[in-house]
Amino acid sequence: MFSAKNMKLLTSPFGVNNPITVQILGICSALAVTAKLKPAFVMALSVTVVTAFASLIISLIRNGIPSRIRIIVQLVVIAALVILVDQVLKAYVYDVSKQLSVFVGLIITNCIIMGRIEAFALGNKPWPSFLDGIGNGVGYGIILIILGFFRELLGAGTLWGYPVLEKLGLYHVGYVNNGLMILPPMALICVGLIIWIQRSRNKNLIEK
Amino acid sequence: MKGLRHFVDKIKPNFEKGGKFEKLHSSFDAFETFLFVPNHVTRTGCHVRDCIDLKRMMIVVVMALLPALLFGMYNTGLQHFRAVGMADASLMQCFGFGLWKVLPIIIVSYVVGLGIEFISAQIRHHEVNEGFLVSGMLIPMVMPVDVPLWMVAVATAFAVIIGKEVFGGTGMNVFNPALLARAFIFFAYTPYISGEKIWIAGLTKGEGIVDGFSGATPLSDAASAALTHSEIHWTMGGPWDWFIGTIPGCIGETSTLAILIGAAILLWTGIASWRVMLSVFAGGYLMGLLFNLIGANAYMEIPAYYHLLMGGFAFGAVFMATDPVTGSQTNTGKWIYGFLIGSLAVLIRVINPGYPEGMMLSILFMNAVAPLIDYYVVQANMNRRARRVKVAQ
Repeated sequence: MFSAKNMKLLTSPFGVNNPITVQILGICSALAVTAKLKPAFVMALSVTVVTAFASLIISLIRNGIPSRIRIIVQLVVIAALVILVDQVLKAYVYDVSKQLSVFVGLIITNCIIMGRIEAFALGNKPWPSFLDGIGNGVGYGIILIILGFFRELLGAGTLWGYPVLEKLGLYHVGYVNNGLMILPPMALICVGLIIWIQRSRNKNLIEK
Repeated sequence: MKGLRHFVDKIKPNFEKGGKFEKLHSSFDAFETFLFVPNHVTRTGCHVRDCIDLKRMMIVVVMALLPALLFGMYNTGLQHFRAVGMADASLMQCFGFGLWKVLPIIIVSYVVGLGIEFISAQIRHHEVNEGFLVSGMLIPMVMPVDVPLWMVAVATAFAVIIGKEVFGGTGMNVFNPALLARAFIFFAYTPYISGEKIWIAGLTKGEGIVDGFSGATPLSDAASAALTHSEIHWTMGGPWDWFIGTIPGCIGETSTLAILIGAAILLWTGIASWRVMLSVFAGGYLMGLLFNLIGANAYMEIPAYYHLLMGGFAFGAVFMATDPVTGSQTNTGKWIYGFLIGSLAVLIRVINPGYPEGMMLSILFMNAVAPLIDYYVVQANMNRRARRVKVAQ
């Protein structure tokens, strides 16, 4: 079940094979939903669920899918899962669902999910595919949460809605929130910084 | 002078390979070449080497900036004393007040920027890039005088790291670092760099300000009139005052006269491109004329030459657009590049009153487009010559 090979599938997307910082996939939503920590977390969770179960289901029926129409089949599965996730979010965390707005629906077009199904689930057994899906979803989520943490802290001075900087009394000494952090361009720069840090620590990742 | 040379020669072995302070070689090299023209000679091939290297070039630009900076200091004091109702303050009083206000910003900008430059040169074992000599002077000059110093520090760090070091240092940057620092503050801390209150020292605090004193710049007068569809009410004198520069604004940008003196120095020494400078002014003027033809609101109807005097247009045209690194390299490209900067700046000003100063955005935008312009200019030249070959055959 949890052999070394399977564990590698699960954990390598956290670092050396991260979907955002190494494969550069799913950037669009990473820039759009990370202005606050809470939506970033919910988004990370949703994508993990969809990636994991889409990989599992496709892997279960992989031998029955005619290869010429496989994209359509994959999309049907992903879309069904996304609608489920969307309904759950609307039922239980309505305010976050409002904030995420169109980006929940756009999980369907998230390259990570399609990429993992095409690259992995179509050719592997269900259990490794499931782990691979979870791993990539979490790897995506880690970056989202790092981004959300810094963007909310520096841009709005809060964390999960709690006014951290105000409690610390930073505003009294002249600190001002950085409005650029709220804007998507700064999120792109932050992703770039994360990539920079990761590659200067792990030289193998630098492309020749 | 000889003593200094001897001293430098004496301590030099310590910084060479194997010396005591080998690690600090970059820093030593920076200071040595700053003090003395390096005596490098070309060893292979045919290569003319001029004694005017990058450091000497940068110093000329800094000298060209001095008239605008000194006037900016004087004007900072003048505006402040006008705002508090001391119209009889002497020239030295004004200048002293301005010096006291502006000097900290210059120091912060240089310390932070050069600090990062030295550290990154040390890490990469490069020579220290001299580009920051000019950027460090430009940054304070495009700031409002009341900007908090830590914001200048953050913006400078952002501009040097993200704008320059990431791309490989001086000569490799895509965007003008000084404008990037300003854009950073503009988007991150908007209330501190736009509006009507922040251009004069002490006006935001509001202590002892004369009743009804507005502090609006000509640009914000025009922008607010465009927003409310009313006639423009110029609160700060007329075009002559704008030309001399006794109006509120960023520290170094108000005086078109002082900037033109700087422009003369740059053109006389051949450091800045006259093509870029001329075409920026031409572009702005023609765009102004075009708006005169449309004439949909009061802002569009102002005389076209007003645009060249208001805000940072002249400063941008002379000191920012002519940056040899971020601009176009080909001669035809320079004309197009400059013309588009001028016309886009006026376009942004007039069409979008949310961004009263279009110069910053238009230069940054054209910085990004400059390589594309060069590419097409070179391609066009190649095609032309290819056709000529065909005709000859």
